[in-house]
Amino acid sequence: MQTLRIAWTIFVKDLRVEWRSRETLASMCVFSLLIVFLFNFAFESAREETLRLLPGLLWIAFAFAGILGFNRSFAGERENACLEGMILAPIDPSAIFLGKMFANLLFLAVTEAVVVFAAALWYNFSFLPSLGRFALIVLFGTVGYVALGTIFGAIAANTRMREVMLPILQFPISFWILILGTDATSDVLRGNTAAFAAGAARVAGVSLIFAVVSYLLFEYVLEE
Amino acid sequence: MKFPLRVHLAITLVWMILALYLIFLYAPQETTMGEVQRIFYIHFPLAMTALLGYFFVFLGSMGYLWKRSQLADDFAHSCAEVGFVFCSGVLVTGPLWAKPVWGIWWTWDARLTSTFILWLLYIAYLMLRAYVTNPGRVEVLAAVVGIIGFVDAIVDYMAIRWWRTQHPQPVIAGGPGSGLDAPMWLTAMISWGALLCLFAYLVRQRLGLAELGRELRGLRRELASGH
Amino acid sequence: MPPETSRAEATLELRGVSKYFGDLPALRNVSLRIGRGDSVFVYGPNGAGKTTLLRTLATLARPSEGTALFSGRDVHENPPAARAAIGFVSHATFLYGELTARENLKFTGRLFGLREPEKRIDTALELFALRDRADEPVRGLSRGLQQRVTLARAILHDPAFLLLDEPFTGLDAASRENLQSLLRRLPEQGKAVVFSTHDFDQGVTLARRLVAMEAGRVRYDGPLNLAPLDALHIARAH
Repeated sequence: MQTLRIAWTIFVKDLRVEWRSRETLASMCVFSLLIVFLFNFAFESAREETLRLLPGLLWIAFAFAGILGFNRSFAGERENACLEGMILAPIDPSAIFLGKMFANLLFLAVTEAVVVFAAALWYNFSFLPSLGRFALIVLFGTVGYVALGTIFGAIAANTRMREVMLPILQFPISFWILILGTDATSDVLRGNTAAFAAGAARVAGVSLIFAVVSYLLFEYVLEE
Repeated sequence: MKFPLRVHLAITLVWMILALYLIFLYAPQETTMGEVQRIFYIHFPLAMTALLGYFFVFLGSMGYLWKRSQLADDFAHSCAEVGFVFCSGVLVTGPLWAKPVWGIWWTWDARLTSTFILWLLYIAYLMLRAYVTNPGRVEVLAAVVGIIGFVDAIVDYMAIRWWRTQHPQPVIAGGPGSGLDAPMWLTAMISWGALLCLFAYLVRQRLGLAELGRELRGLRRELASGH
Repeated sequence: MPPETSRAEATLELRGVSKYFGDLPALRNVSLRIGRGDSVFVYGPNGAGKTTLLRTLATLARPSEGTALFSGRDVHENPPAARAAIGFVSHATFLYGELTARENLKFTGRLFGLREPEKRIDTALELFALRDRADEPVRGLSRGLQQRVTLARAILHDPAFLLLDEPFTGLDAASRENLQSLLRRLPEQGKAVVFSTHDFDQGVTLARRLVAMEAGRVRYDGPLNLAPLDALHIARAH
């Protein structure tokens, strides 16, 4: 309970900082929209092909937007050693993980909504028939992806060239979240309802494993 | 260390020569793939050893977080470096075998993909170690990445089952379609043994090197502080 | 009254602590005990290990060898207990540039679980004459003003141990006076103060105990007025 309350405090703090600067969300959205936009010209495609390419395109846009967000998330904490300021408080280190993770989750979810809206518009594709199932798959995958991004963001903040280090850590390890997410999304968008449960379970399972491991290991990352 | 490095090296060499003899002169020719199949006796043990190597990285990482022992960290680091070389070997021998048999150098089949990911995991681990700015934190951060990386390797081998694969079935699991001839199996095992022995030898050398490096830096420090 | 007794026993202690950054030793076999009412001036040339000493006392740096103890217990077995009793001012401000001084303090107050945060925040702001600037984003404040917010942040939870690493950096004359009188007052109230400053003469007037450091070792630890001249000499010669 105590941990969750502190996590909430950190979450609210992140939102307030973001509300004042609007840097993170803006860069995430613009960047991912650019990906969707460029992709359109790289593969000018017929409808059937769009259906084939869209799931992968969406997850690539999510993945890169996430990287931007995770980097910024800890860049802000490093600027005035604010992360140390939090470590110095008598709190459970997991609260820091949860607070940062929830903020990252919200930012990425908002970006994803914007991307999906743009994709629907630009590719003339209606997500409406399967919106609920689609949203669920994306949410499951995003949770695991963000959990990994939060711990790797904190690790990369300790390195030279952290903008490079983060994707090198993040992409190989979140590979299966992205692949299984793409597969499941593809099934959902094709209206293949029979495959939905299995696909969702796989994405959720892999996501959950990484979320738990990240949660358990986070306190070591804070040590000096 | 139970036995001296020189003896270890000698055993490794003899064992490797024996393995070479078995591979080229003893093992029968495979009926459909022909001579090129003999690369299997290197490829498969390399792959198993590379995977095992990351398991050792995991053990060393756990050991470091638990006991804070420098040796555990050195062990993880050494296994990562040697494992990376072995894993690179897998990625080289694989296409050499695939080209004549499948007609292509590479395909994003599940098992190839997961080996490639293993290779990336090695790179991520080693790059992190090289890039951490505060030298006091390298061990802990590397240990965390070592552990998450190993979890990813497990997820890999789980997720493979959800993908179609054109790769030969796992030989060890021993499904009926994947059974090897007894001499072939013997050759593979002896060859694996030789590579494990080589792996252990290289890791021991690397551990000694880490120790020497530490000693050297200690001496330099004493010189610098003017005593 | 159990809280009183536990406070009377509260100590911060290092036992045989060495700290290495990679192979580089920052502290070598340091033993030190800070108790109620102590007023300690940490002095030494650059690279002597002052910052690492303060960071280790503050529970931020974990000893490579030896133990850091809070009231006789290993700090890293139960960090929150020690952290609730420690206020720390480091070279960095610990402040979020986008938030105002008041919001920064509020955030800290929540993390420390303060009971009457508003009242404590007002007191802290008052103490460092920050009331007029309390509702501006910290980013726009001068270095000196930010340092005052940092100081207010460090004493917000009324810590039994106040650790300050070069706290006078960037302060104007008035806030300098403020901080000096605070550093004199706190030990009289039974709080312990440990600070470092490169200004030896200033440090001497504020503390009763000197810890002189050189090359990661403590060269002298004792009453300031009894400090042997050569220890002071070592300390002053940089």
